Amino acid sequence: MSLFRIFDIAGSALSAQSTRLNTVASNIANADVASPTAEGVYRSRQPVFAALLRGERGAAQDRLPGVQVLGIVETDRPPRVEHIPGHPLADENGYVYFPGISTVEEMANMISASRSYQNNVEVASTVKQLMLRTLQLGQR
Amino acid sequence: MSKLIDAALGIHPTALALGARRLEVLAANMANADTPGYKARDVDFRSALREAAGARLERTHERHLPGHASAADTLKYRVPNQPALDGNTVDAELEQTAFAEAAVRYQASLDFLASRIDGLRKALRGE
Repeated sequence: MSLFRIFDIAGSALSAQSTRLNTVASNIANADVASPTAEGVYRSRQPVFAALLRGERGAAQDRLPGVQVLGIVETDRPPRVEHIPGHPLADENGYVYFPGISTVEEMANMISASRSYQNNVEVASTVKQLMLRTLQLGQR
Repeated sequence: MSKLIDAALGIHPTALALGARRLEVLAANMANADTPGYKARDVDFRSALREAAGARLERTHERHLPGHASAADTLKYRVPNQPALDGNTVDAELEQTAFAEAAVRYQASLDFLASRIDGLRKALRGE
């Protein structure tokens, strides 16, 4: 029954989107973590999505891909530098380094991820209902 | 006998299989709504159904190989309304409505099939 494969597809999307939500949570949580050096500062992490073709038969253009997370990259956005001489983590010139994370960007990312997650949950639950009804076909 | 039952069920088993395929295609589109470079696809239901229903190979000899019409797997790429900068052409709202429509069509096929089976059963019982 080819409807079964939808669970794989939607499931892979759920897992990819939850990875994205995890990175957003990590980025927002660490948005204000100070560091005494520019190198040691937290860098925002972003997942990289790619279509995942499972080993099924048929021509490549007829296969239906799920999603996989290829990896998580750290962005090379420059850190935010602030002059706070009294800060316990300030360097000898009184500078403290904060991650170059835009909270607004991360929030938008989070909303997009949660909407996609909801979409895929909806797909899975609709398909589940349809499959159960198909199983009951001809019974009375 | 099975040919008779096939004839009684009409086009609905084919429509059901195609509907399942379309649901799968749309689910893949929605799953890849955030994948860079992914191109949304869809099944042209009308032409796929026509081909699947009409392109049945008759065998004139029992040792001939049965032919499978794979016309149902002709996927077409969607023409994007507003492609994203990363090359993704999935429009989530469009896919959602298409999925809802496909689900309703699938249910309709199921109901048609159920009523045909009901009719067959009644005919067999001779009530």
